[in-house]
Amino acid sequence: MAVSQPANASPPEVLPPEGERRRDFIYVATGAFAAAGAAAVVVPLVNQMNPSADVLAMASIDLDLSSIQPGQAVKASWRGKPIFARHLTPAEIDAAKKVDVATLRDPQALSDRTKAGSEQWLITLGVCTHLGCVPLGASEGENRGDFGGYFCPCHGSHYDTAARVRKGPAPKNLEVPAYKFNTPTAVTIG
Amino acid sequence: MSFPWAKQYQPQGEFSKFIDSRLPLPRFIYGALGAGYPTPKNLNYFYNFGVLAGVALVVQIITGVILGMHYAANVSVAFDSVEHIMRDVNGGWMLRYMHAVGASFFFAVVYIHIFRGLYYGSYKPPREVLWMLGLVIFLLMMATAFMGYVLVWGQMSFWGAAVITGLFSAIPVVGPAIQTWLLGGFSPDNATLNRFFSLHYLLPFVTFGVIILHIWALHIPGSNNPTGVDVKGPQDTIPFHPYYTAKDFFGLGVYFTLFAAVVFFAPNALGEVDNYIPANPLSTPAHIVPEWYFWPFYAILRAFTTDFLFIPAKLWGVIAMFASILLLFFLPWLDTSPVRSNAYRPLSRALFWVFVAVVIVLGVAGGKPAEEPWVMLSQVLTAYYFAHFLIILPLVSRFEKTLPLPNSISEAVLAKYRKTGSMAPGALAQPAE
Repeated sequence: MAVSQPANASPPEVLPPEGERRRDFIYVATGAFAAAGAAAVVVPLVNQMNPSADVLAMASIDLDLSSIQPGQAVKASWRGKPIFARHLTPAEIDAAKKVDVATLRDPQALSDRTKAGSEQWLITLGVCTHLGCVPLGASEGENRGDFGGYFCPCHGSHYDTAARVRKGPAPKNLEVPAYKFNTPTAVTIG
Repeated sequence: MSFPWAKQYQPQGEFSKFIDSRLPLPRFIYGALGAGYPTPKNLNYFYNFGVLAGVALVVQIITGVILGMHYAANVSVAFDSVEHIMRDVNGGWMLRYMHAVGASFFFAVVYIHIFRGLYYGSYKPPREVLWMLGLVIFLLMMATAFMGYVLVWGQMSFWGAAVITGLFSAIPVVGPAIQTWLLGGFSPDNATLNRFFSLHYLLPFVTFGVIILHIWALHIPGSNNPTGVDVKGPQDTIPFHPYYTAKDFFGLGVYFTLFAAVVFFAPNALGEVDNYIPANPLSTPAHIVPEWYFWPFYAILRAFTTDFLFIPAKLWGVIAMFASILLLFFLPWLDTSPVRSNAYRPLSRALFWVFVAVVIVLGVAGGKPAEEPWVMLSQVLTAYYFAHFLIILPLVSRFEKTLPLPNSISEAVLAKYRKTGSMAPGALAQPAE
């Protein structure tokens, strides 16, 4: 540039001390461009840790409930966690409805935890909300606790027939996963 | 990088001169670990533990790299590949026990190293950055040890991974998404195992890098010492080699003797039997506990059993557990006493031992099932843990009447010998300076 200037060119432009220089703009623009590029590269580097397509493909399961007799429950595996699907007896439904919801630690009525018209089907995660143990009570002959639902042997949490926590250290009721009925006795969980 | 009276490296012979003018590595070693590094002359055996920790890391890296040649990070074969190492690989049982016991020894050595720093005030100016780098190493160690334990894919591995990644689910709003992201799924599975293997292989080398920074930061002011008094002249120091190299090698001999005794005679004494059961996502062990070196922090995690201030108990526990370590980064500014060593701080010294006892009992409580009296004990001791740093230390450092400090390290050393009479009074040198 200096070469191309005529010999009698005006002296170099004198800038006020606080003025912005063209070079400042170039620095900021370069930095911003590099930062945006780096951020764009980081996205796939971070995102690769999210569940992969094959894991997500297994994220929902179909469950046939027709063979479960009243009073029985089955265990299934969903997203690596146990699922308890239970066919409540009329007596169990009554017991769950008789409880005053306001007195519960995690106030939920049976109707909040089952689908309308299918309240005999109680589908929950088999993961104690205290420290993540698998409660007993889904298999024949297992201890169902003081309230006839599930019992966690790790730290003694008792769940009732709507799988609501009634006693022990667990803070919440057993989680109800998202599910929908395809037919009256077949559900898709997840 | 060193005191003015440090001996200078003099290359002997043609080859040494050739190297010295091209890549002065021998000169660097001479100044860092050799006769060219003047060190306070009164360092006791507690000052061996830094070197021991470094050696423990090297043992972990060597045995770990070898185990990695025989291990398979896939949920269908991981547990079996560990048993393959134990039963079929030549000497595999020894390498795995060295690695597992080595982790326990690494932590034991580092805990003594940390408590040594607390007792002698080694975190105080001008060594704050040195202290903080040490804490970074400690955090890296904890992450590495946790992920390594998961690789075995036994019951305790699986449920430990579930509980520890579950801590992140306590974070409001984004917590469950973070947990899923960490696991690469909705529960610990193949994606989790693979990434933990990758990171477990990487982090020790990151740790090694931070250790280099830690030693660099150490060599700027030089080692603290049991008096906590600054080095004032050549009479206060001795060359690192041969004095401390000899002392460190002796300590290393004792360390390896104890290490071998545990590796060969009680290799599973520090482990959990449940981890010899293959991981089963549908059945929880009755009592989930981490390895012993995490027990105090596990006790703090479980100490919070009720919600308050709109924050659920689970989140309080997570916050407290992380805070219990992050708090240590602020220690140089919480303990404002100008006297470093607890040898001259009678009240602080007594409280130091109370603190040690609190941490040990927290550890015992953390290893027990979450039942009374351990829950109550954990709660009281967790409160004390935080009070120690946030209330007691700041107050004590302000109001404590400290004992008179010796004029120099040299004077303190000579006074000690005069008292024990192992040196003839006539032989006493005049106080230096």
